[in-house]
Amino acid sequence: MKIAISSMGNDLSSQVDPRFGRCQEFIIFDSETLEFEAIPNEAINAAGGAGIKAAQLVVDKGSKVVITGNIGPNAFNVLAGAGINVFAGATGTIQNAIDAYKAGKLQEVNQATNGPGAISTVPTYR
Amino acid sequence: MIISIASGKGGTGKTTISTNLAFSLAQKGHKIQLLDCDVEEPNAHIFIKPKVELKETTSFVVPQIDEEKCTYCGECVRVCAYNALFVAKDKVMFFPQLCHSCGGCAYFCPEKAIFETNREIGEIEAGSGYSIEFAYGKLNIGEVMSPPLIKRLKKRIDEDKVVIIDAPPGTSCPVIEVVKGSDFCLLVTEPTPFGLNDLKLAVEMLKVLKIPFAVLINRWNEEYFEIDSYCDKENISIVMRIPLERKIAELYSEGVLFSKELLEWQDAFCKLFDSIEGLWK
Repeated sequence: MKIAISSMGNDLSSQVDPRFGRCQEFIIFDSETLEFEAIPNEAINAAGGAGIKAAQLVVDKGSKVVITGNIGPNAFNVLAGAGINVFAGATGTIQNAIDAYKAGKLQEVNQATNGPGAISTVPTYR
Repeated sequence: MIISIASGKGGTGKTTISTNLAFSLAQKGHKIQLLDCDVEEPNAHIFIKPKVELKETTSFVVPQIDEEKCTYCGECVRVCAYNALFVAKDKVMFFPQLCHSCGGCAYFCPEKAIFETNREIGEIEAGSGYSIEFAYGKLNIGEVMSPPLIKRLKKRIDEDKVVIIDAPPGTSCPVIEVVKGSDFCLLVTEPTPFGLNDLKLAVEMLKVLKIPFAVLINRWNEEYFEIDSYCDKENISIVMRIPLERKIAELYSEGVLFSKELLEWQDAFCKLFDSIEGLWK
């Protein structure tokens, strides 16, 4: 099963990126083969809808589980709609997050954990 | 002549200036049209108190997906530059708030599974007050896409009149939509570092748009002179200063045009119009 983790870098020792839609990279980890692939997040600089675009990216990669720090409403809704299980509140390295997930220590969320990211975390100029 | 009133920073007095300028000119017999294009937060009508003669809703074309025909190929998602669509293996999701109404998804859908439908985004009210032809737009609550409503409102421009357009704050898409096509733009600022910072952004925007402009300092006091230094350095005319005065603030808070009560300001606003005309020509 493929697990997508929002990451600040491209290997298992990278830190979990607390943002989903605007994370640096996604680590797609295969829990059967224990292999992983790092994919740059094309949505990072999207003017809007970053969460939706990032979700499309991980869904297209065949992920069944998403692990991240926080997730916004649009991203959560599309992932839930695509039948993906979302786990939030992950911290530390990607390896830590995978271990925590396997040990059942991560919280599966059934709603967004923050507002649309572009509005709550990036100062927008009006 | 079309004069837009913009600012950069919010709350500097765009509406105060547009309504009092419109009123003062109308009092002197000019034929005036005032359009409140700050559709996210229109408030000129509070001062003009128009008799509303016409109401019309404005809508926006958005895609609707025929799930019978859709094969979930994802072409629409690839085409959409605004990330308004998402496709899973048996589902398409559409986010109307992100849609810019470009029509690309419907055009490129290989299955012809997308057709276009109207979504109401706001309302325009038109009428008159104090001999001013007046119209304003009201974006529906929760909507973020104001330019289509602004465009619709600007279709009402009557070039036989002096057209005064109240713009939204900032320097982003809605403001550009409002000020483009203006013969002149009056930038209202306040004597604070925030006022100056955002004034500079607005000046840069107008230079790119090649619209002539001048500055008006509202709530003027003799404490902060950075606006003067900046305008001096950049060779920008300061065409009017309105002092920070309790009486003006009180009238404003009651929804009364201050030039209606403090008559000397009517001449001042007419002079302001003369200087704008002078700079424009």
